[in-house]
Amino acid sequence: MRPASLKEGNVPSKYDWPPAEKRSLIGKRHNRLDGPHKATGAAKYALDRNAPGLLHGKLLISPHAHAKVVSIDTSEAEKLAGVKAVRVIAAAGTELMWQGSPVAVVAAETEEVARDGVRKIKVNYEVLPHLVKEEDLNKAGGFTKPSAEQNQGNVEQAFAASDVVVSEGYYGINTITHCCLEPHGLAAEWDGDNCTLHSSTQAVGRVGGDLAKVLAADPGTANIKPANVRVITQYMGGGFGSKFSADRWDIESARLSKQTGKPVKLLLERDAELLMGGARPSDYGKIKVAAKRDGSIVGWQSESWSTGGPTGGGMPPIPYVFTEIPNRRMRHIAVSTHTGPQRAWRAPNHQQAAVLTMGALDDTAHKLGMNPLDFFLKNVGLTPRGDVYRAELLKAAELMDWKAKWHPRSQGGSGHIKRGVGISLHTWGGRAHDSDCRIIINPDGSVQAQLGSQDLGTGTRTVIGIVAAETLGLPLSGVQVQIGDSNYPASGASGGSTTVGGVSSSTRRASIKALDKLLEAVAPSLGTTADKLVAVDGRVQVAGDASKSLTWKAACAKLGTRKIEEIGRQPAKDEGNLNDNGVGGVQMAEVEIDTETGIVAVKKTVAVQDCGLVIAPKTAESQVLGAVIMGICSALYEERIYDQQVGKMLNADMEFYKLSGIGDVGEIVVHMMTGVYDGRGVIGLGEPPAISPPAAIYNAVANALGVRVTTIPMTPDKVLAALGQGGRA
Amino acid sequence: MQTFEYANPKTVKEALGLLGSQWGEAGLLAGGTDLLSLMKDYVESPKRVVSLSGIKELKGVKSSGAGLHIGAMVVLEDLVENGTVRKEYASLVAAIRGVSSPQIRAMGTVGGDLCQRPRCWYYRKGFGLFGRDSNGRELVPNGENRYHAILGNSGPAKFVSASSLGPALIALGAKVTIASASGNRSVDVEKFFVTPSDPHSREVDLKPNEILTEVVIPASGGAKNATYEVRQKEALDWPLATASVALKMSGATVQSARVVLGHVAPTPWNSTEAAQALAGKSIDESTAQAAANAALSKATPLSQNAYKVQLAKVAVKRALLAAAGKA
Repeated sequence: MRPASLKEGNVPSKYDWPPAEKRSLIGKRHNRLDGPHKATGAAKYALDRNAPGLLHGKLLISPHAHAKVVSIDTSEAEKLAGVKAVRVIAAAGTELMWQGSPVAVVAAETEEVARDGVRKIKVNYEVLPHLVKEEDLNKAGGFTKPSAEQNQGNVEQAFAASDVVVSEGYYGINTITHCCLEPHGLAAEWDGDNCTLHSSTQAVGRVGGDLAKVLAADPGTANIKPANVRVITQYMGGGFGSKFSADRWDIESARLSKQTGKPVKLLLERDAELLMGGARPSDYGKIKVAAKRDGSIVGWQSESWSTGGPTGGGMPPIPYVFTEIPNRRMRHIAVSTHTGPQRAWRAPNHQQAAVLTMGALDDTAHKLGMNPLDFFLKNVGLTPRGDVYRAELLKAAELMDWKAKWHPRSQGGSGHIKRGVGISLHTWGGRAHDSDCRIIINPDGSVQAQLGSQDLGTGTRTVIGIVAAETLGLPLSGVQVQIGDSNYPASGASGGSTTVGGVSSSTRRASIKALDKLLEAVAPSLGTTADKLVAVDGRVQVAGDASKSLTWKAACAKLGTRKIEEIGRQPAKDEGNLNDNGVGGVQMAEVEIDTETGIVAVKKTVAVQDCGLVIAPKTAESQVLGAVIMGICSALYEERIYDQQVGKMLNADMEFYKLSGIGDVGEIVVHMMTGVYDGRGVIGLGEPPAISPPAAIYNAVANALGVRVTTIPMTPDKVLAALGQGGRA
Repeated sequence: MQTFEYANPKTVKEALGLLGSQWGEAGLLAGGTDLLSLMKDYVESPKRVVSLSGIKELKGVKSSGAGLHIGAMVVLEDLVENGTVRKEYASLVAAIRGVSSPQIRAMGTVGGDLCQRPRCWYYRKGFGLFGRDSNGRELVPNGENRYHAILGNSGPAKFVSASSLGPALIALGAKVTIASASGNRSVDVEKFFVTPSDPHSREVDLKPNEILTEVVIPASGGAKNATYEVRQKEALDWPLATASVALKMSGATVQSARVVLGHVAPTPWNSTEAAQALAGKSIDESTAQAAANAALSKATPLSQNAYKVQLAKVAVKRALLAAAGKA
């Protein structure tokens, strides 16, 4: 079952996944375990925390893109009735590098008083020069610096060859925010030297350590160790890479709570969330591609630039996916802007790489007069997993009906409505993170799976339940999944698509070890040895002989008063074949454009993805659906709009920071590459499907219009400008 | 939000007694979809908030010889369910449907739609109605003006009227009734909207001590009407440009027309040029396009919004074709 081409050199292990014919829960379409809690409101988030005496924290944030604090006076705020504490974050002399930088924080009895308190803090700023836009390098002044140059092969020769066609263009993708619907923040509650944080975080195992380290340097809390801080995250309203650590406002909440002796809750206001809760860096580039007349790509040259805020922006991995283009030169310039700093955004730097690469390659196919499907198929040998991409391209083409829908550019229809289709390919790692799982089998038959992991809404809880129940021969309801608490065995941060591989592997190992213990305890009463026993269908029985069996409950009763507790670890010495790393995916988009208005509508997206063994298909597909929807938002709507004159973001709200609604996303077809791919074990899924949507839509728009809208988002003004209808000047 | 006094009067007369002579003394609370966000953003901080919810005389829709009387506190979602509105005023139905969230349609009122403040992001972010920095420099002309005015923007007001119902009501020849301590006055909706020359005044002809009490739409008399909104997306969003039209027909020929654009100027924009272009014509693709071109012939786009000229033309053309049953 395990194709040697996919994973070589592994030997069978007792911890392997059960073969397909023996899976009763894995790969079946279970609903997510916490669906009803979310639908009914029973699920409680950090914002819902309302411990007795709770104070509300609010931040004063910098109104300027770049300024120095000259003086700060908090006395009026401190006098306000209901204000319990004020702390200065940016003392006089501090240089603030972006609008939204935290300046001070107020804790008060109500949110309203806290806001009033913030407004009573007097700050004198020395306003300094700023840059908040980076697309036009000529206007970037002294805020640029060359940051990378890479060379391979002989670029001059490749482009000068007489048998190549050269395509040249400008491509770009803007900065967007994470726009988490649940803002960043937490509620901090002290009990003596112990602090509990009800946090919206992707890392219950990390935030406490971050906080303890800072508090240990504070007078009064010098004895605080990581073990004194407990972090709880039962439910998350989105992080996408922006919620890994204890942020400054989190630390201030804990300090305010310690100082006042009361619980303090501080979650960012919407404007602050958009200003500083995280941003995906931009990337713009002038790119040349050389290809032979048969379609083989032979050369790549790019001059790119980007910003991720004050620290500039790194070069995305271009050329993307087609990494083996023989001759290539990439130069990159980092632009430092006075804007909210970058944070990892669901597949960091990959959307940017996909837009620049797939856009340039799609234009090359056009210049060659080739159908891009044929062009990409022709060049899959330049990728690290040509066979997978070939299979995925063909599957996606079938699901999109590509052959019928594709047409050469400028043949998108005779009326003012034009249709087009586009392709993008992507890749991601998704290796399992470190994870410990504790499985407890109690004498009453109840089972707990405990991990210091967190479910970001991805289905982590459901995956753990399925793996434990499958392994123990129980129904899904037979296992209580206990996660979202740093008191449980440590499991990694949920980022980089590492969680599903980590938690499924540790849970599988812990469950097998715990079951082994149970079988040993039960064997004598069934007159056999543990190695002859199996757990199936809620019973423990002699393999192949259902007449010699006990119900799960009766079997567990044999434990007497002692429960079984076993820890499973990922990674483990006995590696087994539980997880792997490295996936490919192909997406195709179909758009319809009203050329009189420049409005683009995505009609259909096909997302074909391999991610090894899929434990929970419904939550996996849900991940892909969410990823595609996020990508549509980015392709068409999302934009951080700054005014360079005043250095302010004008749409730090949910009114003009535009997102799609359910009526704007069209049909989304998800196809998971399973079967032969299962043998690789579990691989992460969160990031890969989020990479291609902007690029696929970008190419579909070019196919529909016959001209390329060069930068994302493809708003009506830009579409009309590309059509020569008077766009943005 | 600044603390405020809250009043819940039962009659218009009582409410009028609670208003001040200056803006900022009292704020009228209808559905709250605009006032509350203005207060939360400290753009407006009235000392007293006067709720209109308890005033029965501001609710309900009834017909009279003068036409259809719509109380200022009628909720948009209720108005769109009214039989007469559905039968006679397709343009109004489309305009209400364009208020793009069910929550806002369920809370927002007719009076609130007409009196809402502009959505200009400079105004909402504290740069005043005309978008000026602390040195008095106008920020809109060289700033982010993609959604700003392309007509009627030669003065300091560069924002666009956000009213969804305004263009449709003007095209239908509606009037508003305004109550004050000295009695009622009736104003054409077209004249109700004004372009302010002072950043501290309003975009409507309403004094601080007056209340808009009802809208009266004359009987349609068989006039054909339609609204077309150019929208980037279905989910919560403002249209980029709209047009509402009303056509008095003589057979297949336009006897007289009203063409009113939305989201293109500081007020709904009644285009007499388009009306003239249509008189005596039948509606087809080319006459509709000619009227659209006429409507935008005097457009003065800003640095980023020339595309809106095209969008507004499309709105006019498509509204006309829809009214003529040729969409």
